[in-house]
Amino acid sequence: MKRRRNILNWAGFAVILVAFVSYVPFFALFPATRDVPWANYLLFLIGSALIAVGVRRAFRDPEHYRGKISGSILATLSALLLAFFIVIVTYYSKQIPSAETAFGVSRKAPPFVLANTAGKEISSADLLRGHRGLVLIFYRGYW
Amino acid sequence: MRGFEQHLNEFHQRGVEIVAISVDSPAELQKLCKSRGYTFPFLSDPKAETIRQYGLLHAKGGEGGKDIARPAEFLVDAAGTIRWVNLTDDIRVRARPESVLAAIDRL
Repeated sequence: MKRRRNILNWAGFAVILVAFVSYVPFFALFPATRDVPWANYLLFLIGSALIAVGVRRAFRDPEHYRGKISGSILATLSALLLAFFIVIVTYYSKQIPSAETAFGVSRKAPPFVLANTAGKEISSADLLRGHRGLVLIFYRGYW
Repeated sequence: MRGFEQHLNEFHQRGVEIVAISVDSPAELQKLCKSRGYTFPFLSDPKAETIRQYGLLHAKGGEGGKDIARPAEFLVDAAGTIRWVNLTDDIRVRARPESVLAAIDRL
């Protein structure tokens, strides 16, 4: 009897790949899925469940299903991707200096003069003129 | 910054301007604003001088050991006094525009 391809292993791995790569270009755009990456974890869970069922049937019912080797390899790769994802969101993204030296509430904001996108110098006084306030967003930049 | 762009009208209605600051060059900033559709001002602090003054230096945090800023958001009032600040400990987790708008409304 011809053994069937074990589609669950591959479908599960595809979901795991989506779970891994979708955070930066998509889920990180929305604060609700960015701060706690639950949507990505959910995708990892779904992918893992598919692979688990696929590998289980490959071992339990090898006469009908292929995928003992490929399923094991895909399961291992999936576990590595999940581990890597967890390390990125719980460790690497927290590797910034402490905020101890940062200016706090009720201090005077240091004035500045910096070039804008056109290379024109803009001062904090220019920005505040005619305004009630100014929001300063400091970001890491893309270098 | 995407969220701030989407809520820009609400900031302007409250008489508040938004400005983003990083070590990127003006050309780099222009590219970013064009590709992401940001319309509020972006300023270039290539030597991280202003960043250092605000106590936000992330020494050697960038590619090739370049000094960059740690992420932070400040609300400064018309008198130049800091009235609200958000200092994240995670580069993924940034201030939501709603919390800054709420801080403006409490001024």
